[in-house]
Amino acid sequence: MSASAIALRDVWKFFGEFPAVRALNLDIPSKGIIALLGRNGAGKTTVLRMIAGLLRPSRGEILIGGAPADHEQHAASIGMVGHGQWLYDDLTCRENLAFFARLYDVPSATEKVDHWIREVGLWTFRDSRVNQLSRGMRQRLTIARALLHSPAILLLDEPWTSLDDRAMDLLSSLLLRAQSENHTVVVSSHQLKETLQIATHLAVVDRGRLVFNGPNRDEFRQSPHDLYQRIS
Amino acid sequence: MTRLLRQAWTIAAKDLRTELRNKESISAALSFTLVVILLFSFAFDPVGNPDVREQAGGLLWIIYLFSGILLLNRTFSREAANDCLEALVASPMSGAALFLGKAVSSCLLLLVLELASLPLFGVFYAVTWTNDFGMLLLVLVLGSWGFTVIGTLFSAVTANNRLRELMLPLLVFPMTLPALLACVELTSLILLGEPLGDSVAWLKLLFGFDVIFTLLGAVLLEVVLLA
Repeated sequence: MSASAIALRDVWKFFGEFPAVRALNLDIPSKGIIALLGRNGAGKTTVLRMIAGLLRPSRGEILIGGAPADHEQHAASIGMVGHGQWLYDDLTCRENLAFFARLYDVPSATEKVDHWIREVGLWTFRDSRVNQLSRGMRQRLTIARALLHSPAILLLDEPWTSLDDRAMDLLSSLLLRAQSENHTVVVSSHQLKETLQIATHLAVVDRGRLVFNGPNRDEFRQSPHDLYQRIS
Repeated sequence: MTRLLRQAWTIAAKDLRTELRNKESISAALSFTLVVILLFSFAFDPVGNPDVREQAGGLLWIIYLFSGILLLNRTFSREAANDCLEALVASPMSGAALFLGKAVSSCLLLLVLELASLPLFGVFYAVTWTNDFGMLLLVLVLGSWGFTVIGTLFSAVTANNRLRELMLPLLVFPMTLPALLACVELTSLILLGEPLGDSVAWLKLLFGFDVIFTLLGAVLLEVVLLA
């Protein structure tokens, strides 16, 4: 296993009195695709949001590249696909990506924007406003937005939502390519089949606690629906 | 510093482009301004009652404050759709750049509204606003900036509040009182064509107010958003 890209050390997160994440210790290897799995309310999204700097842990520490997570320092190295699509409805596909390219100081921004619009198959709609796109097309643009600045760490929360079969394949191939280019990918999803096909490691959380952490196995890939029973 | 200004302008340009495209808040604020100018002129009859003209500065700034609130309500709620505020928080942009960008876009929209309504105000209140237009423009710029920096900060505070339309003026108006007093005093003198004299002290107060609250807002916004 390579050195940890992200490490969570005894991380707790409380919402009021409720502990959404409890004493979580997790090492996320670099250059891999780690699937963060668990049932609804297990704490997956909270973990991803803490890594992205959108939430602060109530207790414990998050290390990125071995150093304590510092938003100003690490924000540029993280790309995220969250529950919200983080796109402006009144701007076109190109304008949205150009806006984020400027925020992240992406070099050769115009070329990068056009490249990613082509990659996600939205070239025909490049000058269409986001509010004119279907949900699946928006999700593809969201993925392009997250990959635009070539982040070393890619966090994806339910990325397959609203995608058709072709777009799912496209996303899987983009994630595999990101892995081959030494990016670290963390995917949280209920689409077990798609997630297990590409994941190199699994981390399963249950009610805020880590209950499984290890390399992905063929037996999981072959029968994804039994995963939680096998682990328990 | 260059990076901060560049990112601030990126935010301001995005907000202005979005606003010019859907004209949601500027059309509402401009319509409100014109209607209130008309209503006040009927209520106070400034043409038949010259004493009212001495209060023209006060009336003008009350109108601008209420219209400005309509613009400021959208400053951060514009980011609510598709959770775009999270995208800004997650980005490497500093809170200061976000604050400055938001304040610049709101201030520019407010200035457009003010300049568009001045001719009508001049006609209905029988005041010659072109007497010392340079000084009037300076007061409008400084006053609008002071108002928008306070409004931008509290717009972030109330962004996720269901009663934000009510909460924002309740928080902003008391805080802007020193700047409002300065603007009213200076504008009244300019509209009446009188020399500023000792009232230059109000101009200094307005400038100081802008500097202090710009720095405060730039420092506090990140804390507000992460809280």
